[in-house]
Amino acid sequence: MNETLRSMLIIVSMLVAPLLIAAANIFIERRLLALWQDRIGPNRAGPFGLLQVMADMIKIFTKEDWIPPFADRPLFILAPALAMSTVLLSFAVIPVAPGVSVVDLNIGLLFFLGMSSLGAYSTVLAGWSSNNKYALLGGLRAAAQMLSYEVFMGLSLLGVALLAGSFNLGEIVEAQRQVWFVIPQFLGFVIFFIAGLAETHRTPFDLTEADSELVAGFHTEYSGMKFGMFFVGEYMGITLISALITTLFFGGWYGPVLPPVIWFLLKTFIFIAVFILMRASLPRPRYDQLMALGWKVLLPLSLLNLVITAGIALATNG
Amino acid sequence: MFSILRSIWLIFTHAIRPRETVSYPEQQPYAPPRFRGRIVLTRDPDRQERCVACYLCSAVCPTDCIAIQGAVAEDGRHYPAVFRINFARCIYCGFCEEACPTLAIQLTPDAEMGEYRRHDLVYEKDDLLIDGPGKYPDYNFYREAGLAIQGKDKGEGENEAPPVDVHGLLP
Repeated sequence: MNETLRSMLIIVSMLVAPLLIAAANIFIERRLLALWQDRIGPNRAGPFGLLQVMADMIKIFTKEDWIPPFADRPLFILAPALAMSTVLLSFAVIPVAPGVSVVDLNIGLLFFLGMSSLGAYSTVLAGWSSNNKYALLGGLRAAAQMLSYEVFMGLSLLGVALLAGSFNLGEIVEAQRQVWFVIPQFLGFVIFFIAGLAETHRTPFDLTEADSELVAGFHTEYSGMKFGMFFVGEYMGITLISALITTLFFGGWYGPVLPPVIWFLLKTFIFIAVFILMRASLPRPRYDQLMALGWKVLLPLSLLNLVITAGIALATNG
Repeated sequence: MFSILRSIWLIFTHAIRPRETVSYPEQQPYAPPRFRGRIVLTRDPDRQERCVACYLCSAVCPTDCIAIQGAVAEDGRHYPAVFRINFARCIYCGFCEEACPTLAIQLTPDAEMGEYRRHDLVYEKDDLLIDGPGKYPDYNFYREAGLAIQGKDKGEGENEAPPVDVHGLLP
Protein backbone atom coordinates (compact mmCIF):
# COMPACT_ATOMS: atom_id res chain seq x y z
CA MET A 1 0.00 0.00 0.00
CA ASN A 2 2.72 2.36 1.05
CA GLU A 3 4.68 1.45 -2.07
CA THR A 4 1.68 2.11 -4.32
CA LEU A 5 1.04 5.46 -2.66
CA ARG A 6 4.65 6.44 -3.15
CA SER A 7 4.67 5.57 -6.84
CA MET A 8 1.33 7.33 -7.34
CA LEU A 9 2.77 10.41 -5.71
CA ILE A 10 5.83 10.27 -7.97
CA ILE A 11 3.68 9.83 -11.08
CA VAL A 12 1.43 12.75 -10.21
CA SER A 13 4.31 15.03 -9.31
CA MET A 14 6.22 14.08 -12.47
CA LEU A 15 3.10 14.96 -14.47
CA VAL A 16 2.45 18.24 -12.70
CA ALA A 17 6.00 19.46 -12.14
CA PRO A 18 6.98 19.70 -15.85
CA LEU A 19 3.78 21.61 -16.59
CA LEU A 20 4.41 24.02 -13.74
CA ILE A 21 8.04 24.45 -14.71
CA ALA A 22 7.01 25.01 -18.33
CA ALA A 23 4.56 27.69 -17.23
CA ALA A 24 7.25 29.25 -15.05
CA ASN A 25 9.63 29.10 -18.00
CA ILE A 26 7.44 31.51 -19.93
CA PHE A 27 7.91 34.05 -17.17
CA ILE A 28 11.59 33.20 -16.67
CA GLU A 29 12.27 33.51 -20.38
CA ARG A 30 10.60 36.90 -20.62
CA ARG A 31 12.46 38.26 -17.61
CA LEU A 32 15.82 36.81 -18.64
CA LEU A 33 15.50 37.99 -22.23
CA ALA A 34 14.70 41.42 -20.85
CA LEU A 35 17.73 41.20 -18.58
CA TRP A 36 20.02 40.51 -21.53
CA GLN A 37 18.40 43.09 -23.77
CA ASP A 38 18.78 45.94 -21.24
CA ARG A 39 15.06 45.93 -20.52
CA ILE A 40 13.08 45.17 -17.36
CA GLY A 41 10.44 42.73 -18.58
CA PRO A 42 6.99 42.04 -17.14
CA ASN A 43 7.04 43.28 -13.54
CA ARG A 44 3.53 44.63 -12.96
CA ALA A 45 1.28 41.64 -12.24
CA GLY A 46 1.96 40.50 -8.69
CA PRO A 47 5.33 40.54 -6.92
CA PHE A 48 8.13 40.80 -9.54
CA GLY A 49 5.45 40.16 -12.18
CA LEU A 50 5.07 36.54 -11.08
CA LEU A 51 1.33 36.59 -11.74
CA GLN A 52 2.10 37.31 -15.39
CA VAL A 53 2.03 33.53 -15.86
CA MET A 54 -1.56 33.44 -14.60
CA ALA A 55 -2.51 36.31 -16.87
CA ASP A 56 -0.98 34.55 -19.87
CA MET A 57 -2.79 31.33 -19.02
CA ILE A 58 -6.16 33.04 -18.59
CA LYS A 59 -5.62 34.79 -21.89
CA ILE A 60 -4.72 31.65 -23.81
CA PHE A 61 -7.56 29.62 -22.28
CA THR A 62 -10.21 32.19 -23.11
CA LYS A 63 -9.11 32.70 -26.70
CA GLU A 64 -11.23 31.27 -29.48
CA ASP A 65 -10.08 27.76 -30.37
CA TRP A 66 -10.63 27.79 -34.10
CA ILE A 67 -10.14 24.95 -36.55
CA PRO A 68 -9.93 26.21 -40.11
CA PRO A 69 -12.50 24.61 -42.43
CA PHE A 70 -9.78 23.57 -44.89
CA ALA A 71 -7.74 21.74 -42.24
CA ASP A 72 -7.49 17.99 -41.86
CA ARG A 73 -9.52 17.86 -38.66
CA PRO A 74 -8.37 14.67 -36.86
CA LEU A 75 -4.68 15.29 -37.55
CA PHE A 76 -5.07 18.96 -36.70
CA ILE A 77 -6.33 18.00 -33.24
CA LEU A 78 -3.88 15.14 -32.80
CA ALA A 79 -0.73 17.17 -33.50
CA PRO A 80 -0.68 19.44 -30.41
CA ALA A 81 -1.60 16.50 -28.20
CA LEU A 82 1.40 14.60 -29.59
CA ALA A 83 3.67 17.59 -29.04
CA MET A 84 2.86 17.62 -25.34
CA SER A 85 2.42 13.93 -24.60
CA THR A 86 5.73 12.78 -26.10
CA VAL A 87 7.63 15.28 -23.98
CA LEU A 88 5.63 14.41 -20.88
CA LEU A 89 6.27 10.70 -21.46
CA SER A 90 10.00 11.34 -21.71
CA PHE A 91 9.95 12.77 -18.19
CA ALA A 92 8.97 9.31 -16.96
CA VAL A 93 12.53 8.00 -17.21
CA ILE A 94 14.32 10.96 -15.64
CA PRO A 95 15.65 10.24 -12.16
CA VAL A 96 15.19 13.30 -10.00
CA ALA A 97 16.76 11.79 -6.89
CA PRO A 98 18.10 8.32 -6.01
CA GLY A 99 15.31 5.91 -6.91
CA VAL A 100 12.81 8.68 -7.62
CA SER A 101 11.58 8.26 -11.16
CA VAL A 102 8.29 7.05 -12.63
CA VAL A 103 9.81 3.99 -14.31
CA ASP A 104 13.30 2.64 -13.80
CA LEU A 105 13.70 1.57 -17.43
CA ASN A 106 16.95 -0.16 -18.27
CA ILE A 107 16.70 1.41 -21.74
CA GLY A 108 15.81 4.88 -20.45
CA LEU A 109 18.14 6.65 -22.86
CA LEU A 110 16.68 4.84 -25.86
CA PHE A 111 13.18 5.57 -24.60
CA PHE A 112 13.97 9.28 -24.57
CA LEU A 113 15.44 9.13 -28.08
CA GLY A 114 12.39 7.26 -29.32
CA MET A 115 10.02 9.76 -27.74
CA SER A 116 11.85 12.72 -29.20
CA SER A 117 11.65 11.04 -32.63
CA LEU A 118 7.91 10.69 -32.15
CA GLY A 119 7.81 14.34 -31.15
CA ALA A 120 8.95 15.20 -34.65
CA TYR A 121 5.61 13.87 -35.89
CA SER A 122 3.72 16.54 -34.01
CA THR A 123 5.30 19.37 -35.98
CA VAL A 124 5.15 17.51 -39.28
CA LEU A 125 1.51 16.57 -38.79
CA ALA A 126 0.64 20.10 -37.66
CA GLY A 127 2.26 21.51 -40.79
CA TRP A 128 0.57 18.97 -43.05
CA SER A 129 -2.92 19.11 -41.56
CA SER A 130 -3.06 22.91 -41.56
CA ASN A 131 -3.30 22.89 -45.38
CA ASN A 132 -1.39 26.13 -45.46
CA LYS A 133 1.76 26.70 -47.46
CA TYR A 134 3.68 28.35 -44.63
CA ALA A 135 2.67 25.64 -42.19
CA LEU A 136 3.67 22.99 -44.69
CA LEU A 137 7.06 24.62 -45.25
CA GLY A 138 7.55 24.73 -41.49
CA GLY A 139 6.57 21.09 -41.22
CA LEU A 140 8.96 20.10 -44.00
CA ARG A 141 11.78 21.95 -42.35
CA ALA A 142 10.89 20.32 -39.04
CA ALA A 143 11.04 16.88 -40.64
CA ALA A 144 14.45 17.45 -42.22
CA GLN A 145 15.89 19.20 -39.17
CA MET A 146 14.68 16.65 -36.64
CA LEU A 147 15.81 13.71 -38.77
CA SER A 148 19.31 15.01 -39.29
CA TYR A 149 19.83 16.21 -35.74
CA GLU A 150 18.36 13.06 -34.21
CA VAL A 151 21.20 11.04 -35.74
CA PHE A 152 24.09 12.61 -33.91
CA MET A 153 21.99 13.36 -30.85
CA GLY A 154 21.94 9.61 -30.36
CA LEU A 155 25.58 9.23 -31.32
CA SER A 156 26.72 11.93 -28.91
CA LEU A 157 24.98 10.11 -26.06
CA LEU A 158 26.63 6.79 -26.88
CA GLY A 159 29.89 8.04 -25.35
CA VAL A 160 28.08 8.54 -22.04
CA ALA A 161 26.44 5.13 -22.34
CA LEU A 162 29.85 3.57 -23.00
CA LEU A 163 31.44 5.19 -19.96
CA ALA A 164 28.54 4.31 -17.68
CA GLY A 165 28.09 0.87 -19.20
CA SER A 166 24.33 1.27 -19.10
CA PHE A 167 21.33 2.85 -20.83
CA ASN A 168 19.61 3.28 -17.48
CA LEU A 169 19.58 6.96 -16.57
CA GLY A 170 19.74 6.22 -12.85
CA GLU A 171 22.85 4.09 -13.33
CA ILE A 172 24.37 6.77 -15.56
CA VAL A 173 24.01 9.24 -12.70
CA GLU A 174 25.48 6.71 -10.25
CA ALA A 175 28.49 6.36 -12.54
CA GLN A 176 29.18 10.09 -12.14
CA ARG A 177 29.79 9.87 -8.41
CA GLN A 178 33.51 10.49 -8.90
CA VAL A 179 33.63 12.79 -11.91
CA TRP A 180 30.88 14.38 -14.00
CA PHE A 181 30.74 13.10 -17.56
CA VAL A 182 31.07 16.63 -18.88
CA ILE A 183 34.83 16.34 -18.34
CA PRO A 184 35.60 13.11 -20.23
CA GLN A 185 32.72 13.71 -22.65
CA PHE A 186 33.01 17.45 -23.26
CA LEU A 187 32.63 17.08 -27.02
CA GLY A 188 29.61 14.87 -26.51
CA PHE A 189 28.10 17.48 -24.22
CA VAL A 190 28.55 20.29 -26.74
CA ILE A 191 27.10 18.20 -29.56
CA PHE A 192 24.17 17.05 -27.43
CA PHE A 193 23.48 20.64 -26.40
CA ILE A 194 23.39 21.83 -30.02
CA ALA A 195 21.26 18.86 -31.02
CA GLY A 196 18.97 19.61 -28.09
CA LEU A 197 18.55 23.19 -29.29
CA ALA A 198 17.60 21.88 -32.72
CA GLU A 199 15.36 19.18 -31.26
CA THR A 200 13.28 21.66 -29.29
CA HIS A 201 13.48 24.11 -32.22
CA ARG A 202 14.75 26.89 -30.01
CA THR A 203 15.88 30.14 -31.48
CA PRO A 204 19.19 29.60 -33.19
CA PHE A 205 17.52 26.60 -34.87
CA ASP A 206 13.90 27.71 -34.94
CA LEU A 207 13.61 27.35 -38.68
CA THR A 208 10.37 25.46 -38.25
CA GLU A 209 8.71 28.55 -36.81
CA ALA A 210 10.89 31.30 -38.27
CA ASP A 211 8.49 34.17 -37.62
CA SER A 212 10.37 36.46 -39.95
CA GLU A 213 10.00 34.21 -42.99
CA LEU A 214 7.21 31.68 -42.40
CA VAL A 215 4.58 33.69 -40.46
CA ALA A 216 4.66 31.21 -37.55
CA GLY A 217 5.76 28.05 -39.31
CA PHE A 218 3.97 24.86 -38.49
CA HIS A 219 1.55 26.42 -36.00
CA THR A 220 0.39 29.25 -38.25
CA GLU A 221 -3.22 28.03 -38.22
CA TYR A 222 -3.35 27.18 -34.53
CA SER A 223 -5.07 29.34 -31.98
CA GLY A 224 -6.29 29.17 -28.41
CA MET A 225 -5.21 26.27 -26.26
CA LYS A 226 -4.05 24.17 -29.23
CA PHE A 227 -1.41 26.80 -29.85
CA GLY A 228 -0.89 26.88 -26.10
CA MET A 229 -0.09 23.18 -26.13
CA PHE A 230 2.62 23.69 -28.75
CA PHE A 231 3.88 26.58 -26.69
CA VAL A 232 3.92 24.64 -23.42
CA GLY A 233 5.29 21.62 -25.27
CA GLU A 234 8.24 23.68 -26.45
CA TYR A 235 8.97 24.92 -22.95
CA MET A 236 8.63 21.41 -21.56
CA GLY A 237 11.04 20.31 -24.27
CA ILE A 238 13.55 22.85 -22.99
CA THR A 239 13.03 21.58 -19.47
CA LEU A 240 13.44 18.00 -20.67
CA ILE A 241 16.67 18.68 -22.54
CA SER A 242 18.02 20.66 -19.58
CA ALA A 243 17.10 17.85 -17.21
CA LEU A 244 18.78 15.35 -19.52
CA ILE A 245 21.95 17.41 -19.78
CA THR A 246 21.97 17.54 -16.00
CA THR A 247 21.43 13.80 -15.76
CA LEU A 248 23.86 12.72 -18.44
CA PHE A 249 26.70 15.20 -18.15
CA PHE A 250 26.45 17.12 -14.87
CA GLY A 251 26.02 14.43 -12.27
CA GLY A 252 22.25 14.54 -11.89
CA TRP A 253 21.36 14.80 -8.22
CA TYR A 254 24.96 14.75 -6.93
CA GLY A 255 26.11 17.82 -5.05
CA PRO A 256 27.21 18.81 -1.58
CA VAL A 257 25.05 19.95 1.37
CA LEU A 258 21.68 20.49 -0.36
CA PRO A 259 19.22 17.59 -0.86
CA PRO A 260 19.43 15.75 -4.20
CA VAL A 261 16.16 17.08 -5.64
CA ILE A 262 17.25 20.67 -5.04
CA TRP A 263 20.57 20.04 -6.78
CA PHE A 264 18.78 18.47 -9.72
CA LEU A 265 16.38 21.40 -10.09
CA LEU A 266 19.17 23.91 -9.64
CA LYS A 267 21.27 22.40 -12.42
CA THR A 268 18.23 22.07 -14.67
CA PHE A 269 17.34 25.73 -14.23
CA ILE A 270 20.90 26.79 -15.01
CA PHE A 271 20.62 25.00 -18.35
CA ILE A 272 17.21 26.51 -19.02
CA ALA A 273 18.86 29.90 -18.49
CA VAL A 274 21.62 28.92 -20.93
CA PHE A 275 18.96 27.98 -23.50
CA ILE A 276 17.45 31.43 -23.09
CA LEU A 277 20.88 33.05 -23.35
CA MET A 278 21.35 31.28 -26.69
CA ARG A 279 18.06 32.75 -27.83
CA ALA A 280 19.06 36.21 -26.66
CA SER A 281 22.41 36.19 -28.45
CA LEU A 282 22.40 34.09 -31.61
CA PRO A 283 20.74 34.75 -34.97
CA ARG A 284 18.99 32.07 -36.98
CA PRO A 285 21.24 30.36 -39.57
CA ARG A 286 20.14 29.89 -43.15
CA TYR A 287 18.48 26.57 -43.85
CA ASP A 288 21.34 25.08 -45.88
CA GLN A 289 23.79 26.27 -43.23
CA LEU A 290 21.81 24.39 -40.62
CA MET A 291 21.93 21.21 -42.69
CA ALA A 292 25.61 21.64 -43.53
CA LEU A 293 26.46 22.14 -39.86
CA GLY A 294 24.55 19.03 -38.93
CA TRP A 295 25.82 16.61 -41.54
CA LYS A 296 29.30 17.95 -42.31
CA VAL A 297 30.52 19.09 -38.88
CA LEU A 298 28.55 17.66 -36.00
CA LEU A 299 27.98 14.15 -37.33
CA PRO A 300 31.70 13.48 -38.04
CA LEU A 301 32.61 15.05 -34.70
CA SER A 302 30.20 12.85 -32.80
CA LEU A 303 31.45 9.77 -34.65
CA LEU A 304 35.03 10.75 -33.79
CA ASN A 305 34.00 11.24 -30.18
CA LEU A 306 32.37 7.83 -30.14
CA VAL A 307 35.38 6.07 -31.69
CA ILE A 308 37.88 7.68 -29.30
CA THR A 309 35.71 6.96 -26.26
CA ALA A 310 35.21 3.39 -27.35
CA GLY A 311 38.97 2.98 -27.93
CA ILE A 312 39.82 4.33 -24.50
CA ALA A 313 37.13 2.23 -22.86
CA LEU A 314 38.47 -0.85 -24.63
CA ALA A 315 42.08 -0.10 -23.66
CA THR A 316 41.36 0.50 -19.96
CA ASN A 317 38.98 -2.41 -19.48
CA GLY A 318 41.30 -4.83 -21.24
CA MET B 1 33.04 29.84 -33.91
CA PHE B 2 34.97 32.34 -31.81
CA SER B 3 32.60 35.14 -32.80
CA ILE B 4 29.62 33.03 -31.70
CA LEU B 5 31.13 32.48 -28.26
CA ARG B 6 32.10 36.14 -28.09
CA SER B 7 28.58 37.31 -28.88
CA ILE B 8 27.14 34.94 -26.28
CA TRP B 9 29.55 36.37 -23.70
CA LEU B 10 28.79 39.95 -24.73
CA ILE B 11 25.06 39.37 -24.40
CA PHE B 12 25.69 37.80 -21.00
CA THR B 13 27.52 40.91 -19.81
CA HIS B 14 24.47 42.95 -20.77
CA ALA B 15 22.85 41.54 -17.61
CA ILE B 16 24.62 44.18 -15.53
CA ARG B 17 24.24 47.13 -17.88
CA PRO B 18 21.84 49.95 -16.93
CA ARG B 19 18.28 49.40 -18.11
CA GLU B 20 16.93 51.13 -21.17
CA THR B 21 13.35 50.96 -19.90
CA VAL B 22 11.83 53.80 -17.87
CA SER B 23 9.33 52.49 -15.29
CA TYR B 24 6.77 54.97 -16.45
CA PRO B 25 4.22 55.90 -13.81
CA GLU B 26 6.82 55.94 -11.03
CA GLN B 27 9.61 57.37 -13.17
CA GLN B 28 8.79 60.15 -15.58
CA PRO B 29 10.61 60.08 -18.90
CA TYR B 30 12.15 63.39 -19.97
CA ALA B 31 10.15 65.24 -22.58
CA PRO B 32 12.00 68.13 -24.27
CA PRO B 33 10.29 71.57 -24.36
CA ARG B 34 9.49 71.17 -28.05
CA PHE B 35 7.76 67.82 -27.44
CA ARG B 36 4.44 67.69 -29.27
CA GLY B 37 1.85 66.94 -26.61
CA ARG B 38 -1.33 68.58 -25.31
CA ILE B 39 -2.28 71.75 -27.24
CA VAL B 40 -2.74 75.04 -25.37
CA LEU B 41 -3.81 78.55 -26.27
CA THR B 42 -1.39 81.13 -24.90
CA ARG B 43 -1.77 84.77 -23.91
CA ASP B 44 0.19 87.93 -24.61
CA PRO B 45 2.59 89.26 -21.99
CA ASP B 46 -0.20 91.69 -21.09
CA ARG B 47 -2.62 88.81 -20.37
CA GLN B 48 -4.75 89.28 -23.51
CA GLU B 49 -5.60 86.35 -25.72
CA ARG B 50 -3.23 85.86 -28.61
CA CYS B 51 -5.61 83.97 -30.88
CA VAL B 52 -7.17 86.18 -33.55
CA ALA B 53 -9.51 83.50 -34.95
CA CYS B 54 -7.88 83.44 -38.37
CA TYR B 55 -8.90 79.76 -38.89
CA LEU B 56 -5.47 78.85 -40.26
CA CYS B 57 -4.92 76.08 -37.72
CA SER B 58 -8.37 74.70 -38.42
CA ALA B 59 -7.66 74.76 -42.14
CA VAL B 60 -4.26 73.10 -41.93
CA CYS B 61 -5.34 70.42 -39.45
CA PRO B 62 -5.12 67.08 -41.29
CA THR B 63 -7.74 65.47 -39.08
CA ASP B 64 -10.11 68.43 -38.91
CA CYS B 65 -10.13 68.33 -35.15
CA ILE B 66 -10.09 72.10 -34.52
CA ALA B 67 -13.40 74.00 -34.59
CA ILE B 68 -13.36 77.81 -34.25
CA GLN B 69 -16.01 80.53 -34.22
CA GLY B 70 -14.44 83.96 -34.57
CA ALA B 71 -15.72 87.23 -33.12
CA VAL B 72 -14.64 90.86 -32.76
CA ALA B 73 -14.54 92.53 -29.35
CA GLU B 74 -15.59 96.09 -28.53
CA ASP B 75 -12.00 97.28 -28.50
CA GLY B 76 -11.38 96.00 -32.02
CA ARG B 77 -9.51 92.84 -31.06
CA HIS B 78 -10.39 89.65 -32.89
CA TYR B 79 -10.88 86.61 -30.71
CA PRO B 80 -12.38 83.13 -30.95
CA ALA B 81 -15.80 82.90 -29.37
CA VAL B 82 -15.55 79.13 -29.60
CA PHE B 83 -12.29 77.21 -29.78
CA ARG B 84 -12.74 73.48 -29.60
CA ILE B 85 -10.12 70.73 -30.13
CA ASN B 86 -11.19 67.11 -30.32
CA PHE B 87 -8.15 65.32 -28.90
CA ALA B 88 -9.68 61.98 -29.79
CA ARG B 89 -8.87 62.87 -33.39
CA CYS B 90 -5.76 64.99 -32.90
CA ILE B 91 -2.58 63.30 -34.10
CA TYR B 92 -0.23 65.83 -32.50
CA CYS B 93 1.41 66.65 -35.82
CA GLY B 94 2.08 70.25 -34.79
CA PHE B 95 0.87 71.76 -38.08
CA CYS B 96 -1.47 74.11 -36.19
CA GLU B 97 1.47 75.47 -34.22
CA GLU B 98 3.40 76.07 -37.45
CA ALA B 99 0.42 77.68 -39.16
CA CYS B 100 -0.42 80.05 -36.31
CA PRO B 101 0.59 83.64 -37.27
CA THR B 102 0.26 84.95 -33.70
CA LEU B 103 2.05 82.09 -31.85
CA ALA B 104 -1.18 81.52 -29.94
CA ILE B 105 -1.60 77.80 -30.39
CA GLN B 106 1.29 75.80 -28.95
CA LEU B 107 2.04 72.17 -28.20
CA THR B 108 3.30 71.28 -24.72
CA PRO B 109 5.32 68.33 -23.36
CA ASP B 110 2.30 67.01 -21.46
CA ALA B 111 1.02 63.81 -23.05
CA GLU B 112 -0.93 62.20 -20.20
CA MET B 113 -4.40 62.67 -21.60
CA GLY B 114 -6.08 59.29 -21.01
CA GLU B 115 -9.84 59.40 -20.44
CA TYR B 116 -12.50 56.76 -19.92
CA ARG B 117 -15.18 58.56 -21.96
CA ARG B 118 -14.46 59.78 -25.42
CA HIS B 119 -16.35 63.05 -25.07
CA ASP B 120 -14.01 63.98 -22.22
CA LEU B 121 -11.34 64.37 -24.87
CA VAL B 122 -13.15 67.30 -26.49
CA TYR B 123 -11.47 70.36 -25.01
CA GLU B 124 -13.28 73.70 -25.03
CA LYS B 125 -11.65 77.09 -25.02
CA ASP B 126 -11.66 77.25 -21.22
CA ASP B 127 -9.73 73.98 -21.07
CA LEU B 128 -7.22 75.11 -23.66
CA LEU B 129 -6.48 78.66 -22.58
CA ILE B 130 -3.53 79.08 -20.23
CA ASP B 131 -2.46 82.17 -18.33
CA GLY B 132 1.09 82.48 -19.63
CA PRO B 133 2.78 83.25 -22.95
CA GLY B 134 4.05 79.69 -23.44
CA LYS B 135 7.28 79.24 -25.35
CA TYR B 136 7.50 82.89 -26.53
CA PRO B 137 7.45 85.11 -23.45
CA ASP B 138 7.93 88.51 -25.18
CA TYR B 139 5.81 88.22 -28.27
CA ASN B 140 2.73 90.43 -28.46
CA PHE B 141 0.86 90.28 -31.72
CA TYR B 142 -1.14 93.53 -31.46
CA ARG B 143 1.99 95.47 -30.46
CA GLU B 144 3.57 94.52 -33.79
CA ALA B 145 0.56 94.39 -36.07
CA GLY B 146 -0.72 97.37 -37.99
CA LEU B 147 -4.31 96.77 -36.95
CA ALA B 148 -5.86 99.56 -34.93
CA ILE B 149 -7.33 98.55 -31.62
CA GLN B 150 -8.44 100.50 -28.62
CA GLY B 151 -5.43 102.16 -27.00
CA LYS B 152 -3.21 101.72 -30.05
CA ASP B 153 -3.80 103.44 -33.34
CA LYS B 154 -2.33 102.78 -36.74
CA GLY B 155 1.38 103.44 -36.89
CA GLU B 156 1.92 103.11 -33.16
CA GLY B 157 3.13 99.54 -33.23
CA GLU B 158 6.73 98.52 -32.75
CA ASN B 159 8.93 98.96 -35.86
CA GLU B 160 5.99 100.53 -37.59
CA ALA B 161 6.12 103.78 -39.61
CA PRO B 162 3.26 106.23 -39.17
CA PRO B 163 0.63 105.85 -41.89
CA VAL B 164 1.17 107.86 -45.04
CA ASP B 165 -1.17 110.78 -45.43
CA VAL B 166 -2.70 109.85 -48.79
CA HIS B 167 -4.10 113.34 -49.23
CA GLY B 168 -0.58 114.77 -48.96
CA LEU B 169 0.37 113.02 -52.19
CA LEU B 170 -2.15 114.97 -54.21
CA PRO B 171 -0.65 117.35 -56.73
